[in-house]
Amino acid sequence: MGNVIGIGASPKRKEDQRFLTGRGNYVSDIKRPGMTAGVFVRSPHGHAVLRGIDKSAALASPGVIAVLTGEDAAADKLGSLPCGWGISDANGVPMKEPPFPMLAQGKVRFVGDMVAFVVAETPEQANEAAELLKVDYEVLPSVVGVLEAVRPGAPQLFDDVPNNICCDWELGDKAAVETAFRKAAHVAKLSLVNNRLIGNPMEPRAAIAEYEPGTDRFTLWTTSQFPHVVRFLMGALVLNIPQHKLRVVAPDVGGGFGVKQFHYGEEAVITWAAKRVMRPIKWVASRSEGYVSDRHGRDHVTEAELALDETGKFLAFRVNTLANMGGYLSTFGPNIPTNLYAPLLGGVYTTPAIYCNVKVVFTNTVPVDAYRGAGRPEATFVLERMVDVAASEMGIDRVEIRRRNMIPKEAYPYQTPVLVQYDSGDPMGCLDGALIAADVKNFGIRKAASASKGKFRGLGYSTYVEACGLAPSRFAGRLGARGGLYESATVRVHPTGQVTVMIGTHNHGQGHETTFAQIVSEKLGVSFEDVDIVYGDTDRVQFGMGTYGSRSLVVGGAALSKATDKVIVKGKKIAAHLLEASEVDIQFEAGKFSVAGTDRIKTFEEIAGAAYVPHNYPLEVLEPGLEEQAYYDPVNFTYPGGCHIAEVEVDPETGTVTLVNYTAVDDVGTVINPMIVEGQLHGGIVQGVGQALFENAVYDESSGQLLSGSLMDYCMPRADHMPMMKVSTHSTLCTHTPMGVKGCGEVGTIGSPAAVINAVVDALSHLGVTHVDMPATPNRIWRLLQNASLPVAAE
Amino acid sequence: MKPFAYHQPSQIPDAAKLLTSIEDSKLVAGGMTLIPTLKQRLANPPALVDLSKLGNLKGITDDGATITIGAMTPHAVVAASKLVQSKIPGLAVLASMIGDPAVRSRGTIGGSVANNDPAADYPAGVLGLGATIVTSTREIAADKFFLGLFETALEVSEIITAIRFPVPLKAGYAKFKAPASRYALVGVFVAKFADGVRVAVTGAGSGVFRVPPMEAALSGNFDPTAVAAIKIDTDGLTSDIHAEADYRAHLVTVMAKRAVDAALS
Ligand SMILES: Cc1cc2nc3c(=O)[nH]c(=O)nc-3n(C[C@H](O)[C@H](O)[C@H](O)COP(=O)(O)OP(=O)(O)OC[C@H]3O[C@@H](n4cnc5c(N)ncnc54)[C@H](O)[C@@H]3O)c2cc1C
Repeated sequence: MGNVIGIGASPKRKEDQRFLTGRGNYVSDIKRPGMTAGVFVRSPHGHAVLRGIDKSAALASPGVIAVLTGEDAAADKLGSLPCGWGISDANGVPMKEPPFPMLAQGKVRFVGDMVAFVVAETPEQANEAAELLKVDYEVLPSVVGVLEAVRPGAPQLFDDVPNNICCDWELGDKAAVETAFRKAAHVAKLSLVNNRLIGNPMEPRAAIAEYEPGTDRFTLWTTSQFPHVVRFLMGALVLNIPQHKLRVVAPDVGGGFGVKQFHYGEEAVITWAAKRVMRPIKWVASRSEGYVSDRHGRDHVTEAELALDETGKFLAFRVNTLANMGGYLSTFGPNIPTNLYAPLLGGVYTTPAIYCNVKVVFTNTVPVDAYRGAGRPEATFVLERMVDVAASEMGIDRVEIRRRNMIPKEAYPYQTPVLVQYDSGDPMGCLDGALIAADVKNFGIRKAASASKGKFRGLGYSTYVEACGLAPSRFAGRLGARGGLYESATVRVHPTGQVTVMIGTHNHGQGHETTFAQIVSEKLGVSFEDVDIVYGDTDRVQFGMGTYGSRSLVVGGAALSKATDKVIVKGKKIAAHLLEASEVDIQFEAGKFSVAGTDRIKTFEEIAGAAYVPHNYPLEVLEPGLEEQAYYDPVNFTYPGGCHIAEVEVDPETGTVTLVNYTAVDDVGTVINPMIVEGQLHGGIVQGVGQALFENAVYDESSGQLLSGSLMDYCMPRADHMPMMKVSTHSTLCTHTPMGVKGCGEVGTIGSPAAVINAVVDALSHLGVTHVDMPATPNRIWRLLQNASLPVAAE
Repeated sequence: MKPFAYHQPSQIPDAAKLLTSIEDSKLVAGGMTLIPTLKQRLANPPALVDLSKLGNLKGITDDGATITIGAMTPHAVVAASKLVQSKIPGLAVLASMIGDPAVRSRGTIGGSVANNDPAADYPAGVLGLGATIVTSTREIAADKFFLGLFETALEVSEIITAIRFPVPLKAGYAKFKAPASRYALVGVFVAKFADGVRVAVTGAGSGVFRVPPMEAALSGNFDPTAVAAIKIDTDGLTSDIHAEADYRAHLVTVMAKRAVDAALS
């Protein structure tokens, strides 16, 4: 028997034992008897008419078992890949939702769009045959940028989507905002780009599908963050496979960041093909294939205006954004730049009027969907840049203008003008803590030291809030969600007192096997070692919506907490029976059931044992067994937030930006495992720094080719880009989640880009630089300095 | 990767014979460049001729006025060599900046020079030091060896066996790493000899090149200030998603200054 390791402790992660000793079990590790290999043939063109496919040479190639195309899928009457959200414009007109065939039909719309699937005995043979497939393309002009896509005369992706606009969406009180702007003492304006990103999880996507004729059942092993959702979307909406005949397994998954939280065409094609060839099929994406098929993130072009009174109080905020959707609507696509973006434009401020218009636009690029932070980093970037621009134009200190507009701690719960109501928070407390932790008062000394070396030093703030814990189904339903966003957990107590938890979230690096075990250990008083967390298998786990939107602890943990409470209630019934007391007199504490005011006690193990040996049970009021299930649907989002302070040094000779200090004070509510939270913050911050300084998905404008299509050209952040980070928490408790938790998975990516860019602008502000687009690459900074036309003294 | 035959000869003439007799066959040294192109199916040679079993292609020797590095010597060995560090420290520094530890353990000087990647580091050192490329059949001066984008003076069946570097009075290398690949966005090697200074630039254009105005200026005054005002013409320089030609031109000047600085320190 080990020990209780409960809430607030930092045990080493249980799962790391297998990950770090090479004993993980990833999709590509799995081998099935008689397994074949599948390869996708993808469009090399950004936009083309698919005039015909000649399969004969590929089919004649050695080892080839099948070659499947969009025509075959159409002949089998398979559905289109569904979009999980249906948004509408201001008049209630639903978004344009063109079909997204799992293999292209009639046209290809991005480089990487799938045109055929080749199945052969070996991957080499499949690759060989794929090269022999003759696809007749009539190449059309591509359009890759949102500004170009909405211009008259732009190439049209779909006949029935004029100007490539999927939806002209808005939120907020336009008239109130206009009135406020008329009364403003100052209006600050900002145009910016939120750069397109590629997730690059360590493990590329992969899938294995198998059909068992004996039971008429399909199994799909897939690198997914939400196997139950894949089962539903693919089974019910694409392939017409009854839910009880389809098992989806997402085993160990090597990172997701959102990239693996969509239902992909590859999953549907391979599952369909497995029955056609009556053999298991494995597909493993290459890194290069991932670049042109993993859903991309961000990609906004935005104009923003902030109206202020003469004291720097924000009166109104107006934001117009063009958001890139890529060639088709992915699972959450249209939800990200709308519902997960505009409601965050209030930030931590008391801005009374906000209006946001978002044009959601199709282009000849990989479909864009959620990527760590999803919508909220974009909103935070616009707002926090805007605040700095306004401060500088009005000559008000950047910290001071934030203080003047911040929601005071006492004002929570706080209703914003853009739907969301923050339940709790203390942005001023986070700011104050961060100012001290970042040693802001001595910044001047450090800046002077940099200047003496010919370097420019800058400090940047981001005081932000986000909405996560996706999501209250009632709320989401009103916004266009086509499903619920609750979570479920089953707590199974074995006769010997050990516990297996079946939970609908998915662990792909977040440490759930540890955090969730701590919750159970604390609540039931059982050993941390005696709790196993099961996830990622629709045959083992009742149901679940998976992991994304910082929801696992907030929503899944709440379901787990509820189910554990039910176990205690049942345990009390059993204890009352065994101790011959009334149920109301039974107390449970630290793993022991006792009769209040007596020394009569039953341990948790004794109760677990008794639950499965129901000799002389009052069966009419007490069932045998000790297993409970709970579903939890949150009543509100949670609102983690905080203050991030970045300090950079710019080498004006080369334009290189070096991040020299980074401080974050975040409010994530109750912290279950501080070590894991710190790791999540570190990882998130590094990803945000990646967006700010390095990462950029670049397409060639005319051909639609992805120019940053490999790690040679797409710059990921690396360890040596980062200083030691100072990360800490300043928590207020969430008022509506069972444990007061708020979620911490995305805060790093949400808070950091604005902090870093604000620091870069600060470093260069003496040269008249007022904005720097992301990523702030050396080339871009150097050019800004050239254009600043001021002496660049580096000597 | 497509199937290919694999040969591991032990004599240089045998290796050369295999190259002439099997059309499109390729030498493989460290494989750090070649193997990825095979995996991506960008090259499909019918046979690979492995150089690892040929005698005498590894190691570093000191001939007094020159240092000779065997073609199969990995970057990590050059970087760590006390001999190179004491005689041509700039070259050891250059080798230490190539790729990552795995690449430096496998990749070889012969492979790098034969490949002549426009962003590779060694070509700058070889041209900057005015080294001699020793092959299975002849000796080629660096100035005659690099012929632009992945092109060299090597014949089909010619094998680099060693590179011979004259020991300079001073030499230094400064590299501005491309953000993603960490190859040279611009790398400048400067070497001062009794009879003058050589300046070689990699990364900036389609192949390594010398900068005569900088060489002249440094020959008169071997100091960073001598090159600080010398601007490079953008003609023929590369523009890509990481850097436009004018930025690369600017970096040539900055890196030249820093290379001289490094040579002096
Ligand atoms: C991740 C990564 C990062 C890298 N970063 C850098 C970097 O920062 N800077 C840099 O300069 N390089 C970099 N490289 C390239 C690396 O230095 C390679 O090792 C080198 O370019 C090729 O050497 P090799 O021994 O691996 O050659 P191979 O890959 O085996 O061969 C390359 C070519 O040279 C030919 N060849 C090999 N040896 C000979 C010979 N003796 N005679 C004639 N022809 C020969 C081969 O036929 C082949 O065409 C990087 C490579 C990788 C994979």
